[in-house]
Amino acid sequence: MKKIVIEPVTRVEGHGKVTIQLDDNNKVTQSRLHIVEFRGFERFILGRPYWEVPVLVQRLCGICPVSHHLAAAKAMDVIVGADKLTPTAEKMRRLMHYGQMLQSHALHFFHLCSPDLLFGFDADPAIRNVIGVIEKHPDLAVQGVMLRKYGQELIKATAGKKIHGTGAIPGGINKNLSIEERDNFLKDIEQILEWSRGALKIAKDYTIDNLDKIASFGSFDSNHLGIVRKDGAMDFYDGGVRAIDKDGNKIFDHLDNQKYHHYIAEEVKSWSYMKFPFIREIGHENGWYRVGPLARVNVCDYIDTPEAEAARKEFMAVTDNKPNNITMAYHWARMIEMLHSVEVIKSLLNDDDLQGNDLVVSGERRNEGVGIIEAPRGTLFHHYQVNDNDQITMANLIVSTTSNNEPMNQAVKKVAEERISGKPEITEPLMNEVEVAIRAYDPCLSCATHALGKMPLKFELLDNDGHIIQTESRN
Amino acid sequence: MADITFKIDNVDIKGKPGQTIMEAADAAGIYIPRLCTYEGLQPHGSCRVCTVFVNGRAQAACTQPIAEGITVDNSSEEVQQIRKDIIEMLFVEGNHYCMFCEKSGNCELQALAYRLGVLAPKYPYLFPKRDIDASHKDIFIDRNRCVLCGRCVRASQDIDGKNVFEFVDRGPDKRVAVNSEAKLSDTEIDVTDKAVEVCPVGALLKKRVGYAVPIGERLYDNKPIGSEIENKNQSS
Repeated sequence: MKKIVIEPVTRVEGHGKVTIQLDDNNKVTQSRLHIVEFRGFERFILGRPYWEVPVLVQRLCGICPVSHHLAAAKAMDVIVGADKLTPTAEKMRRLMHYGQMLQSHALHFFHLCSPDLLFGFDADPAIRNVIGVIEKHPDLAVQGVMLRKYGQELIKATAGKKIHGTGAIPGGINKNLSIEERDNFLKDIEQILEWSRGALKIAKDYTIDNLDKIASFGSFDSNHLGIVRKDGAMDFYDGGVRAIDKDGNKIFDHLDNQKYHHYIAEEVKSWSYMKFPFIREIGHENGWYRVGPLARVNVCDYIDTPEAEAARKEFMAVTDNKPNNITMAYHWARMIEMLHSVEVIKSLLNDDDLQGNDLVVSGERRNEGVGIIEAPRGTLFHHYQVNDNDQITMANLIVSTTSNNEPMNQAVKKVAEERISGKPEITEPLMNEVEVAIRAYDPCLSCATHALGKMPLKFELLDNDGHIIQTESRN
Repeated sequence: MADITFKIDNVDIKGKPGQTIMEAADAAGIYIPRLCTYEGLQPHGSCRVCTVFVNGRAQAACTQPIAEGITVDNSSEEVQQIRKDIIEMLFVEGNHYCMFCEKSGNCELQALAYRLGVLAPKYPYLFPKRDIDASHKDIFIDRNRCVLCGRCVRASQDIDGKNVFEFVDRGPDKRVAVNSEAKLSDTEIDVTDKAVEVCPVGALLKKRVGYAVPIGERLYDNKPIGSEIENKNQSS
């Protein structure tokens, strides 16, 4: 038996590894994505005052901290008894969140995954990187930067800072949007919409043009999970959790968000610091599910903005309106979401409620709260208990990438079986294809991995006794 | 009585008899950095951030009285470096995480670090184990951030008349204790007390009001600490 180790892969600009085991005939017997990083937030926020948590816990991440900021704030809304926020508070938070969705999706599409789509998985790594994109497609590279900038400026206007702001506080928000800020955004919104349409077209055309090749690439049937509005519409900020199976049958829908742990459980495996969430009623073997753009487009009944809804219908038609289980279709779904985000942002900017002054509400104090939100990478759960002295006594976070843990493992397994079995020599395209499969999920780890077209992977081929017989590194 | 004339950084200053160097400098619109001093409280002279050279000798400007003809160095590189080192030491001997502290933007320690150009401390972090007292319904003590300035001790004694706080232990173990068996909730303190208002850092806080002021509107977001004193000079 031989074992290939790919290390490090990363989670939050950090480290993880892939191991692939081969039998004596070089057939893949096991492949795993291990997350070897330990974050510890659930432990070290214990004892901290609850109002500090939305600001503290967002430090988990520098890519989509707004998700953690808002998920924690939503949990704290429950703690302070703010069952319904003021229109200004909710819309400011929505603007912050959809701005984040825009910047995060733009970053991933233009700068992390576009080299694979534009140049091919097996293109020369010297050009298959963001520098290559800048040289060969400077217009796209600039659009990516400008889209991201627009999203980041929205975050700054609503949270106070582009990264790690303080806007959302328990029960509301600490500022409104001035007329001047609003007008600054409105003057550029049509251009942002146009670029988002262009990005959607690239992702759609790529998927349709290459469907034969990518339909099976790292693909597998799975359950899908995401929050949707009460009427079934896509909603990134608030809604009820819905899970469907591979055929689109509902497993559950709009159960009590405060009791998520009654229907979602987490399994711990000895080889990874990342837990494996699953749907309780199905069990850990088959109850895992995908989250993120693909899952969200699959679980919603419709999108309530016209252009994104038209795009969703085209997307769903590819799989005859059944859930799309193609891993590489994440990119297309992500761009539908980006266009939807821009449509929502435009609508919000034209809403006078953003200039309101009624910012915070409170009600009956509680000792436990759950906040659920759709982060760019998928459903994010924050769960806290607070004692009578206002201190956190328990925290549990199920982060989007965690939910995609098993799916990413499945994707790695598929690629390994297709590319490695019978071919023990490790080639650069193989390494990139493992990355491509992982990258489709836009896990936090991808951000640190493709900046220069070379994920910091290390492959080690070991013999039965654990001796290294081949090492390949791209660091 | 006649004015006292002396120099700060070669500028002639007129002060009143009995004034400290800091009081005379404030009146003249010259900012001397400070931390433990607070208007209305007796000077303490403990933090030494206000160190100046008086006729070449290091003195605390908050306690040193002015005298005729003295020369005060408030801006030489050596003086600035002493202050910077003190601020750096205060940072490393506590657990100051500005990035999520609710006092950020309103914190005098942070504002001094910005003003003095402290980037990353050159001293090793001590990461002390400090405790939190959240027992009071409206007030929160986070000793991780306490710089032992003694403002709360003096305000409680001299203004609130309650003696809620006192220093205990010595050296690296020195800390602010509360006047009860164990907890703040067992003391007479009230959220409206001056002692709660005067903390320069995020060690003594009112509960449930953190982050209510947005970034951009906090005390030191747009102007450095000390500018209120310097601006006084410009407008006069």
